Amino acid sequence: MEKVRLIEVKEDIMSDNDAVASSLRARLSKEKTFLINLMASPGAGKTSLILKTLERLKNELRTGVIEADIDSMVDAEKVAAQGAAAVQLRTGGFCHVDASMVEKGLNNLDLDELDLVIIENVGNLVCPAEFDTGAIKNVMILSIPEGDDKPLKYPLMFSVCDVLLVNKMDYLPLSDFDVNAMRERVLNLNHKIEIFEVSTKTGEGIEAWTNWLKGEAASFIR
Amino acid sequence: MHELQVTHRILDIVVRHAQANGANKVVSIQLKIGELSDLENEWIQKYFDYISKDTLAENATLMIERTPVVMKCDDCAHSFEVNFRQMKDIQCPECAHKKYTLISGNEYNIKNMEVI
Repeated sequence: MEKVRLIEVKEDIMSDNDAVASSLRARLSKEKTFLINLMASPGAGKTSLILKTLERLKNELRTGVIEADIDSMVDAEKVAAQGAAAVQLRTGGFCHVDASMVEKGLNNLDLDELDLVIIENVGNLVCPAEFDTGAIKNVMILSIPEGDDKPLKYPLMFSVCDVLLVNKMDYLPLSDFDVNAMRERVLNLNHKIEIFEVSTKTGEGIEAWTNWLKGEAASFIR
Repeated sequence: MHELQVTHRILDIVVRHAQANGANKVVSIQLKIGELSDLENEWIQKYFDYISKDTLAENATLMIERTPVVMKCDDCAHSFEVNFRQMKDIQCPECAHKKYTLISGNEYNIKNMEVI
């Protein structure tokens, strides 16, 4: 019988992804391009939010979009129609975007000509939260029809984000969503998060969100 | 949901260490995964069994230790454990301050492995 030996490994499974993410941030800082990672459930309004954001910022920030929707060109085409540079990642059946996929996306954009790049992550509140994409800021959308209990069910997602956009505020009168309870749950997980109540349909709150984005982008690319 | 990708990363690291140490076979692997991860132990093992066929790590048992979520108080720097599934009004047990920073609970580490 051979003797069993114990080997100390002490390696972080995510270290290769984290290394790519850090090198992306260093590159973005040199290129003066601000990168945000937008995450949400399917149907929360990621594409609509991006389109509203592009519309409002088109004369102020040169923006590109990395689309990671599963094997579809639909979102990239809508974004390109708004005059923004768009690149579609073929993520196949992937449930999230990781740093090396983002690197591929960035390599297909002319960063000299861009101040801001938005990653539209795969619609999912679980997996994207676990992978550092190299983004400077993480932003998530929670829409009113999803319910105010989502911070209890997906605590990691709410803890890793810098901004929470509460979308579809126009649905609020029709629902039993408790905005104050949701805020309390979210702030309990992450007291540093900025919360904006918005509606991509009526335009409510979009200006406050784009002002935040402009301010953060300006201080990063200065 | 992304157990398969995480499992591939585990296998790559394990096989590299097994080769570097001249092992013939990996018997077990001790993992430390943070409580915040949604990965299911059962599925990690199933995927691992599938992808490790014909490698040095075939039939290895994964032993998964869950590491607790630990916060550090932003005010008095005291560290304390938090149950994320039952969180309500989390506050520092020392000074009752309500602002804190996550210091562990989201890690994915391979601690060690047994080989022959």
